[in-house]
Amino acid sequence: MVVSILILSMGRRQTDEQTLSGPGLLKLTTRGEKEAQSAMAEKHKAEWRVVLGRAMGIVVLLTGILFAAGLCAATPKPDNPIPSIFEPQSTPADSILHLSRFVLSITALIFLVVAALLTYAVAKFRGKAADAQREPAQVYGSTQIELAWTVIPILIVVVLFLATARVIHAIQDAPKPAAALEVAVIGHQFWWEFRYPALGIVTANELHIPVSDPAHPTPTFLKLLSADTDHSFWVPQLAGKTDLIPNRVNEMWMDPHRTGVFLGQCAQYCGTQHAKMLLQVSVESPEDFEAWVRAQKQPVNQNETEIAGKRVFETTACLNCHAVAGTNATGHFGPDLSHLMSRHTIAAGAAENTKENLRLWIQNPDAIKPGALMPAMQLTDADLEVLVRYLETLQ
Amino acid sequence: MSSDVMAIQTAEAAGRPWVQTLHAWVTTVDHKRLGILYIFYALVFLGIAGIEAIVMRIQLMHAHNDFVSPQVFNRMFTMHGTTMIFFVVMPVLFGFANYLVPLMIGARDMAFPRLNAFSFWLTALGGILLYFSFVGGSGLYGAGNAPDVGWWAYAPLTSRAFSPGHSTDYWTVALLVSGFGSIGTGVNLIATILSMRCPGMKLSRMPLLAWLTLVMSGLVLISLTPLSAAQLMLLVDRYLGGHFFDTQAGGSATLWMHFFWIFGHPEVYILVIPAFAFASEIIPVFSRKPIFGYPVMVGATVCIGFVSMSVWAHHMFTIGMNSSANAFFVLTTMVIAVPTGIKIFNWLGTMWGGKIQFKTPMLFCIGFLFQFLIAGLTGIMLGAAPFNWQLSGSYFVVAHFHYMIVGAILFCVFAAFYYWFPKMTGRMLNESLGKLHFWLFVIGFHLTFDFMHIPGVLGMPRRIYTYEPGRGWDTLNLIVTIGSFIQGIATLVFVANMVLSYFQGAKAGNDPWDAWTLEWSVSSPPPAYNFASIPTVASRRPLWDRKHPEDPDSHYD
Repeated sequence: MVVSILILSMGRRQTDEQTLSGPGLLKLTTRGEKEAQSAMAEKHKAEWRVVLGRAMGIVVLLTGILFAAGLCAATPKPDNPIPSIFEPQSTPADSILHLSRFVLSITALIFLVVAALLTYAVAKFRGKAADAQREPAQVYGSTQIELAWTVIPILIVVVLFLATARVIHAIQDAPKPAAALEVAVIGHQFWWEFRYPALGIVTANELHIPVSDPAHPTPTFLKLLSADTDHSFWVPQLAGKTDLIPNRVNEMWMDPHRTGVFLGQCAQYCGTQHAKMLLQVSVESPEDFEAWVRAQKQPVNQNETEIAGKRVFETTACLNCHAVAGTNATGHFGPDLSHLMSRHTIAAGAAENTKENLRLWIQNPDAIKPGALMPAMQLTDADLEVLVRYLETLQ
Repeated sequence: MSSDVMAIQTAEAAGRPWVQTLHAWVTTVDHKRLGILYIFYALVFLGIAGIEAIVMRIQLMHAHNDFVSPQVFNRMFTMHGTTMIFFVVMPVLFGFANYLVPLMIGARDMAFPRLNAFSFWLTALGGILLYFSFVGGSGLYGAGNAPDVGWWAYAPLTSRAFSPGHSTDYWTVALLVSGFGSIGTGVNLIATILSMRCPGMKLSRMPLLAWLTLVMSGLVLISLTPLSAAQLMLLVDRYLGGHFFDTQAGGSATLWMHFFWIFGHPEVYILVIPAFAFASEIIPVFSRKPIFGYPVMVGATVCIGFVSMSVWAHHMFTIGMNSSANAFFVLTTMVIAVPTGIKIFNWLGTMWGGKIQFKTPMLFCIGFLFQFLIAGLTGIMLGAAPFNWQLSGSYFVVAHFHYMIVGAILFCVFAAFYYWFPKMTGRMLNESLGKLHFWLFVIGFHLTFDFMHIPGVLGMPRRIYTYEPGRGWDTLNLIVTIGSFIQGIATLVFVANMVLSYFQGAKAGNDPWDAWTLEWSVSSPPPAYNFASIPTVASRRPLWDRKHPEDPDSHYD
């Protein structure tokens, strides 16, 4: 490309370095004035060099930092709480990263070439005060060069498109193996509902899935639905995001290669508390996952030790929105509480699942998550106390 | 002759009470005055939307900040986005187009001066309606509730079940009204460019600004109409029991997305093509060379115009389209990089071998070239659908389009201000303040938007009023906030420069930049009738021909 620009002369015509304001302009100034002028011009020019050099430095530095930060993020650290797309732990996220690296290197190359040319042009072709009166050669264009910088980008686009189309096909059209686990994900303002139809489990906000051994893959296929507005399921280390849209069934899959807890959150603006619609995925060994399934399928503790709290639950508005298996509470607007204490967080990850937070959440949800749809329950202290004790039995 | 006219006008103005001056401005149908009204209006909203941005940046300075409530934050990003797109960038570009197109093509006014005034006042009404919602729009949280549905206003968040009250209606009606204004301006610009050119100005001799404005106006007609249709459908949904987008009654949320983005993506080009136009006028003058490859520049712009209408669903890669549809939109999106690349190379070709003068307008154009390059490349990343599944809806996207809208478009708009302010007011903008403005803005811009990419790849979604600590986002957000303050200060320098220079700036004369297009052949500011006698042109650079009778462009035309 540099070569092609050097042959610019092919299409140009000369205007003979014309003098604009006629001859004798310089002659009119006295010698001293002229020296002062040229000294000033020199100084000005030198200043400009410095300023421009610095600016270029800043631009290059900042771009460098951008890429360096990307690379730093790419070095894997164990148990990193940063949900970086550069640390994939599952096939879809992994193939996206491969494609991303390819696209990044091509765009970085384009950037380097074009930015170098621009920088060169800006540095090289600065007007000099000495011959400000002369116009440069008037060049109108060059078919060959313009053809070159049309054809080369077309070739790059073809390559990028083919590489991209392959990954789209590989991820979107992947067959579902018989051993796949199916989970329905239902987005709500502002929490996640997870239903395991084959296992009869309903839970919220913390998805549990088995690790997938490449030899015997047990991927998880998610059916994405929405109960109200649009949401988007995004756990960067496991897969790209897919939206949950009312009246529409979307699908995505993931096959985590290692166990651990992976963080994400809703990525499509869904209303007031979009920010605190957090999400975590616990990837468990087959044994741990089996154990979790068994625990979730256990009938709810019915030993009636906290009968007073249960009565509060069943006689106030709680049961309008929440379900507890085996009781009169069958509401579906809020999360299923049958095994509430098996979850680490409440309010879609906004607070840890502790006794104090449960009390606060029931009495004044706005303190934890302003704008959440859970109403303040206005209970007496005594009722609140027995209610929280009852909730704590929902292991 | 024109200076006599100026003298008479000034004498008249001095003796006139301000009410009459105001009346003259409000009732004007002069394209130059309407252009200035558009620009002034846009600057007012730039200040307002800038403050909204600062509020958001303060809130996001550190994790779990509680500077504003989530409700206020959601209004801020909705109003910031809506205002910047519809009531800052579009009006400022329409303002320059209004002011410059008739002057550049040798016409005395636009084709339809009254339609021009009508369009401006519709746009003005739109902005006022939008902001009236702060005091008049009742909503979920009581009165004084501005729209908080995001600037795309995705269904079904806009349905009455999720957005009761009237704040969303103010948003809808504001865009509907200003949309009609934009369509009027689009019609007017097309008619003016096609039928008002002076003798000798063939289409192939029009300044690139006129060509690019023509393409932009065509896009306005094609893309603003579906937006207006969608707004009407939304109103039908909300008040007449329609179910277009009302998912609770079987409507389609994706239908709104298609309507919105078939407007939304050409809209990006409606905004950026005039920016290209400014660069295509300014870079040649300060490189002292004609634009490199004029026919290819025109062709590339027309090509961008057409292709931009087939790329809208790249905003929707995450909605679960099938793999063939995704691949199609990947292809169209990437294809647009080709004509865009041609443009960058042609600007480079224009500077190559020139004698570049680093005046403030040129500095902003050079900043534009680098930043536009980066914005285009991050655009390619976003265009690769699987990469997009990670990046879309994250802060990476926010950084990408701000690189385009601030780094490319706003930089060109600033360049246009420094370049044409002398024509509009007769006074030069101060160069020192201009350079201070430039460098402050460059530093602020890069601190803000370079660093904003990174939280996106680290999993930070956009439109969140707060975030969890410990995810690696804290420091980056603090840097971004610091940068936004520097940009704010730079903008204040710019405003100060305009005010000071308006009163005390050096006299500009007709042609301070030694430029080549027709607007520089008349006095600054031009008389009401623009040209005492309609000029005749014989090439693309009529003033070059006049200044170089021994070697005019017309020999090579």
